[in-house]
Amino acid sequence: MKINLKVWRQKNAESKGRFENYVVDDIHEDTSFLEMFDILNERLVAEGKEAIVFDHDCREGICGMCSMTINGIPHGPERKTTVCQLHMRKFKDGDTIVVEPWRAGPFPVKQDLVVSRDAFEQIQQAGGFISIRTGAPQDANAIPISKEISDKSMDAAQCIGCGACVAACPNAAAMLFTSAKVSHLNYLPQGAPEKDRRVIAMVEKMNELGFGNCTNYGECQGVCPKGITLDMIAKMNRDYAVAKAKQAVGAL
Amino acid sequence: MSFNLDSKIPEGKISEKWDNYKFHAKLVNPANRRKYHVIVVGSGLAGASAAATLAEQGYNVSCFCYQDSPRRAHSIAAQGGINAAKNYQNDGDSIYRLFYDTVKGGDFRSREANVYRLAQVSNNIIDQCVAQGVPFAREYGGLLANRSFGGAQVSRTFYARGQTGQQLLLGAYSALVRQIGLGKVKMYTRQEMMELVLVDGHAKGIVCRNLVTGEIKSFSADAVLLCTGGYGNVFYLSTNAQGCSVSAAFNCYRKGAGFANPCFTQIHPTCIPVHGEQQSKLTLMSESLRNDGRIWVPKSKENCGKNPNDIKEEDRDYYLERKYPSFGNLAPRDISSRAAKEACDDGRGVGNVVGGERRGVYLDFATAIKRDGKKAIEERYGNLFEMYERITGENAYERPMRIYPASHYTMGGLWVDYELQSTIPGLFVLGEANFSDHGANRLGASALMQGLSDGYFVIPYTLPNYLARTGAGKPSIDGEAFKEAEKSVKDRIEKFLTKGGSKSPRHYHQELGKIMWEYCGMGRNEEGLKKALELIPQIREDFWKGVKVVGDADCMNTELERAIRTADFMEFAEVLCLDALERRESCGAHFREEYQYTEGDQKGEAKRDDANFSHAAVWEYTGFGNKPVRHQEEILHEEVKPVVRSYK
Ligand SMILES: Cc1cc2nc3c(=O)[nH]c(=O)nc-3n(C[C@H](O)[C@H](O)[C@H](O)COP(=O)(O)OP(=O)(O)OC[C@H]3O[C@@H](n4cnc5c(N)ncnc54)[C@H](O)[C@@H]3O)c2cc1C
Ligand code: SF4
Ligand code: FES
Repeated sequence: MKINLKVWRQKNAESKGRFENYVVDDIHEDTSFLEMFDILNERLVAEGKEAIVFDHDCREGICGMCSMTINGIPHGPERKTTVCQLHMRKFKDGDTIVVEPWRAGPFPVKQDLVVSRDAFEQIQQAGGFISIRTGAPQDANAIPISKEISDKSMDAAQCIGCGACVAACPNAAAMLFTSAKVSHLNYLPQGAPEKDRRVIAMVEKMNELGFGNCTNYGECQGVCPKGITLDMIAKMNRDYAVAKAKQAVGAL
Repeated sequence: MSFNLDSKIPEGKISEKWDNYKFHAKLVNPANRRKYHVIVVGSGLAGASAAATLAEQGYNVSCFCYQDSPRRAHSIAAQGGINAAKNYQNDGDSIYRLFYDTVKGGDFRSREANVYRLAQVSNNIIDQCVAQGVPFAREYGGLLANRSFGGAQVSRTFYARGQTGQQLLLGAYSALVRQIGLGKVKMYTRQEMMELVLVDGHAKGIVCRNLVTGEIKSFSADAVLLCTGGYGNVFYLSTNAQGCSVSAAFNCYRKGAGFANPCFTQIHPTCIPVHGEQQSKLTLMSESLRNDGRIWVPKSKENCGKNPNDIKEEDRDYYLERKYPSFGNLAPRDISSRAAKEACDDGRGVGNVVGGERRGVYLDFATAIKRDGKKAIEERYGNLFEMYERITGENAYERPMRIYPASHYTMGGLWVDYELQSTIPGLFVLGEANFSDHGANRLGASALMQGLSDGYFVIPYTLPNYLARTGAGKPSIDGEAFKEAEKSVKDRIEKFLTKGGSKSPRHYHQELGKIMWEYCGMGRNEEGLKKALELIPQIREDFWKGVKVVGDADCMNTELERAIRTADFMEFAEVLCLDALERRESCGAHFREEYQYTEGDQKGEAKRDDANFSHAAVWEYTGFGNKPVRHQEEILHEEVKPVVRSYK
């Protein structure tokens, strides 16, 4: 295959970026999207030009490191697929593909296609845990948890923290991510004692960091590679309302 | 120089050793802990659990990783599960059985006392993880579900869909972020450890390169914990992440840490086959699939190119079921991998022709789907089937999967004693980076167990025993040792950036990988290893002559990162091949073709040589270009008598 690429190049956080055009040919359809970038980089190196910097690590859709917006869609055209698992068979010979970094205020571009997602770390630090120590907790089977609840928690826990949801949202809201993290723990009995504090702390941190409001566009759900759904946001909003009500009457 | 390879195994019966140790170990009192600083390099299961636990206890911890978040460490990719001796299934499991299975699975090359301790704490791990909110799979009654894994006849593996590693790491990460929030852990992301720094012979700090700004900076502490994962990428193609490297461990080796059993590398039997030259990594299909999938190849070569669904039952060779009737498709990894290789060497491989041959075997779910229904299979492995389709474009509900072995895990690593301390005082090594518990072969679902055991339950007891003796007081980073280390890093980077070659670092890494896979992969022999030992210095020379590293030092430069990692792999590969050459026996994953049974029941199976090789080989660095020195730690078999490892 022959592919025409328009790739965002930006020297560092301070400088202004621009699109560069590249042509890559001889791409096999079984090649992955990132392997195509490897090939392009090999050519740039051979010409003594600077390689394109992009984030990636596991290349199997689980670490959440890869982050490219392809033709305007975070992670590209295939549903429930990270860019590292996207394969060239999804494109046609001769296609022109535009590749940019995540675009969102709280995710500043560091270089080329790499952004900082440190804001996600701060949301997690605010409450994404159950406050127990390492030690000798009770036997793992002491509290039975229904399969339905455990499955729901797992649905939420699958979030890989990639940030595509934020990049897709016209408001740069981080609701899908935050709600996945809150719900993972709030569904479970182990998470119950800190349920209210957790949701308040995480939501408030999210707001403080400059993520936008959710106005129900639903773009986030469409691009989420792990199939996190808007139900999680609904659950978080409920949990948040309850927690705030408790706080208002001094019960928290 | 010589190594002190005292394993420091405590006195007493095997079941009492750990308790004895804990009772006699020195403690640091709670008020004094805040005076100590500990560096933890790595934030995978081992690093995150250690950093969080030590911080909870009151130590000041600095934790480092090269990704942009600690939760992206490659532990996240583990799919299948984690073992524990809970015996929830009431099927005859016990601590002793888990211990026994692990020792046997490792082909009697692991230290018994370490393995016993691992089996003992396995149950605490599950309790701990559940308390943290890890959503393990459950039965309808609300209790935890289990599955079985290769090399075991009991069902002791806990799992969270096909993402067990992800969930365990998110658990450890949650404990870690809590401590970061509380200010007890200072987290440094996008930092690559380049050098270990010794002061008066003790590990007291590290030098890192900031991967965003290129800044070279020193950090000092009272002790250093290395939790940097495995070196499977020495084969270039592997199931590891792109950034996984031997560099941190190899630098410690250069500074005097013994490297044990580097030739014990595990090849995983169920990965998606290579599609072509442009491939950058191989994807694992969880071994749990072998619970329900049946592995086969056509009986005759003529059928290899056909649609598998058109090949009649009687024309299929279910070779694992045939050769190993009692374990069948669940035979251990090394055995399954070699059997797949044999079938393909015999010309009966399936799938695409790459480089003139077909390297693949079928993993077929038709029987299971017929028995349990498609829904049940989807429930168990849905995400894996999806992943398979994404990568290959094929639907495995309708057509058998194609799989082939790939480099996956490394049992070898830095030598550690019972306390997880290396031959350098103050340098502790945890997780896949050490050589400790898996001998010559690791059983499925045991690495996650080991990483968390090391981090949550072992190091919190053994580290204080060191710290209490040395006293608190990290050195200043203005000291000479740090300045020297920083200079050495800067010089190395300078050297790369001023090279006028023409080929990328990736090119050389790929070439090295080919040599390693060809001569030091699933089957090894003297001639091949000697050949590899000729080729590696040559390619290293080519590399230093021909490599081109574009870009600058003071920004993100992934080419430079790869060049640095590749240079270390090039040197390390030689130690690996030397170790494989000198170990003149077959054991576990190390299969030397010269040493196999030539007749009887065991024909074609690995033949150990307990009289001469019941030891860990520990390599000592003696300078660039010099042959390292091989030392030995005898492996004693006090509890389990070695037998021929039969899975027939
Ligand atoms: C695809 C796959 C599936 C697996 N499935 C299973 C399974 O089902 N069950 C099981 O028990 N095991 C499984 N394993 C094995 C298991 O996942 C690993 O052995 C284990 O997770 C390793 O954990 P770790 O903490 O030692 O290292 P890792 O998780 O690899 O972490 C290494 C850390 O070190 C850091 N690091 C490395 N080098 C440097 C450096 N120079 N400077 C700074 N930081 C550095 C990295 O950033 C990272 O944080 C699997 C492995 C793979 C690859
Ligand atoms: S919710 Fe989905 S898109 Fe958002 S960070 Fe998590 S996995 Fe990525
Ligand atoms: S590289 Fe890990 S999810 Fe894409």
